[in-house]
Amino acid sequence: MRREWVAAAWTVLTLAMASGVAQAGTTFDAVKARGFVQCGTNVGLAGFSSPDSNGRWTGLDVDICRAVATALFGDAEKVKFIPLSTQQRFTALQSGEVDLLSRNTTWTLTRDTENGLHFAPATFYDGQGFMVAKKAGIKSALELDGASICVQTGTTTELNLSDYFRSHKMTFQSVVIEALSEVNHAFFSGRCDVLTSDTSQLASIRAADAPNPDDYVILPELISKEPLAPAVRHGDDQWFDLVRWVVFATLEAEERGITSKTVDAALTSPDPTVQRLLGVQPGVGHSLGIDDKWVYNVIKQVGNYGEIFQRNVGKESPLKLDRGVNALWTQGGLMYSPPFR
Amino acid sequence: MAIQVLLVGAVIGLVGWLAANALDNLARGSIATGFGFLSRPSNFEVGECLIPCSAADSYGRAFLVGLLNTLKVGGIGLVLTTLLGTLIGIGLLSSNWLAARLARVYVELVRNVPLLLQLFLWYAVITEALPGPRQALSPLPNVFLSNRGLMVPMLAASPAWLSVGIAVIAVVVILLIIGRWRRRPLPPLMAGSLLVGAALLAWLAWGAPTALDVPHLAGFNFRGGMAFSPEFLALLLGLVMYTAAFIAEIVRSGILAVDPGQTEAARALGLSPGLILRLVILPQALRLIVPPLTSQHLNLLKNSSLAVAIGYPDVVSVLDTTINQTGQAIEGVAMIMGVFLVINLTLSALMNWYNARIQLR
Ligand SMILES: N[C@@H](CCC(=O)N[C@@H](CS)C(=O)NCC(=O)O)C(=O)O
Repeated sequence: MRREWVAAAWTVLTLAMASGVAQAGTTFDAVKARGFVQCGTNVGLAGFSSPDSNGRWTGLDVDICRAVATALFGDAEKVKFIPLSTQQRFTALQSGEVDLLSRNTTWTLTRDTENGLHFAPATFYDGQGFMVAKKAGIKSALELDGASICVQTGTTTELNLSDYFRSHKMTFQSVVIEALSEVNHAFFSGRCDVLTSDTSQLASIRAADAPNPDDYVILPELISKEPLAPAVRHGDDQWFDLVRWVVFATLEAEERGITSKTVDAALTSPDPTVQRLLGVQPGVGHSLGIDDKWVYNVIKQVGNYGEIFQRNVGKESPLKLDRGVNALWTQGGLMYSPPFR
Repeated sequence: MAIQVLLVGAVIGLVGWLAANALDNLARGSIATGFGFLSRPSNFEVGECLIPCSAADSYGRAFLVGLLNTLKVGGIGLVLTTLLGTLIGIGLLSSNWLAARLARVYVELVRNVPLLLQLFLWYAVITEALPGPRQALSPLPNVFLSNRGLMVPMLAASPAWLSVGIAVIAVVVILLIIGRWRRRPLPPLMAGSLLVGAALLAWLAWGAPTALDVPHLAGFNFRGGMAFSPEFLALLLGLVMYTAAFIAEIVRSGILAVDPGQTEAARALGLSPGLILRLVILPQALRLIVPPLTSQHLNLLKNSSLAVAIGYPDVVSVLDTTINQTGQAIEGVAMIMGVFLVINLTLSALMNWYNARIQLR
């Protein structure tokens, strides 16, 4: 019944029983031997990770899992998605229940160190925002003194919220709830004046859960930096390298103008960097321990970063988010891949 | 005997092996261990505090705040559920057809629906059915009911109330000592007037303050007065009503277990029904009721940990957040278990002591 602390207690047990889940190379080898990637994703966050009407998982976070599976197995379907609550996510990764956590998770110092995680490059640069009912007539977060604020437990959101109100000498009443569905419910029923989360998630909740999306506005202030990044556990550098370079590959392909539609044509490109990237000239796979054609496979089956973004959270999606800081560095954004050589 | 020693040895060995393994794994995964985090600033806000609290406080203090919230809902819940359960239990046996039916329907309905669902229901009723703070219902002057909870006026803070409290405690202690010394308590009337008199004197000594702290709308919410949040109310209602259904059955069976011959004999002696209940039935029924009642009380306290589902900041909720922010699940879970163990063992001890006192000697 008490789902998350049963999970926590269970983790305690698995941590106690597992005799060394995280030795060097073991994750990589274990995944290969198993034949599919176990990927921890969100229970349901439209645009990032949610099942579509046919029960197929879709979303930006989900596509990162698929990309990793494609790189390793040449097949985007060799993934098992394990939906995790905010509470369960780190223990699920630490205890080896998932190989990879791709679940709108903010990269922070504590998580990187004390939680024993390694973060791959951010796949979405976000910031925390506030959503209010339009009829409240609020224009700025600085007008929120004394408000009741709904927030989900176990998030960076909870901490930024306290910091922001403290630094602006404002007070608030927090209503901290465990399950996102109940948080949303409390907000839309009027229990709270404000809902706070990463802005992309507010947009997702507004699009998918609001009784009438037009009745709600997201205030202009962004009060934090939330680089959302895939994470793996400490102890297997080969696996970490793979995940990291898969993310880079989607960026590099976008920068070179290679999409899932043009990747076949690009195979005959005279450009040596493209030839190396797509495995026409050998090199990019060997040092990672996988097939040289891995980038080709990833782009062909999942797409480059721009495609992944637009289809899940950008203009082709209900969320309609701008690229903003998530544009490539060549377009004034933060997305940047080191050279593939 | 030998088998028992072996078994205990095996269990200790197993626990030791598990612990060593866990530490080893945590170290390998470079996950932090130990309770050092308790003195670090928590940086998160707890929604309801019985003692002053802020995000600048330590995890240790946040834990204390959560613990007090658990004790608050548990303490009030135990009293109310016992009263309600007894009432319904007597109702089940009532010769009034309607009262007996209603009590039966209540018990069957409430006992057979999972508590978590009932909590969600109460929470939804409070947040959805009640109006926003601006349109709050006001059933009594200065009392407001809205989807932000129940706001009631409170006596404005004054040193007088502390003195009144001290005076009352002092008189109780003196009464107890006198009672011991006389080997029987003072007559209730005398004891009562002593208590009231002392409280009154203390109050008058501070100039008889009557100022009220009245809730009023300010910005988004009510300020001032005393507030019971929707989360607290939903949790309290859910726990009290759910547990009362079980207590009612215990009370009913306890009363039924008293030999009907006793009632007949009492009636033959000419005792009134009220006196029969008070002097003959209850003293005997209590002996049967108290032990199972204790386990219902323990259940209520344990079930209070469902609070996190509806956002009441009890000790489990605070420790959940702590676990998440520090990543130290083992320490957090150990603290949760420790808290409930201590609370429940204390309550059991009290109930056992009471049970021993009312047994036939
Ligand atoms: N990026 C933040 C917040 C991530 C997060 O868990 N957000 C919540 C609120 S939108 C969520 O995804 N909840 C979904 C769920 O638990 O079902 C973090 O890493 O702490």
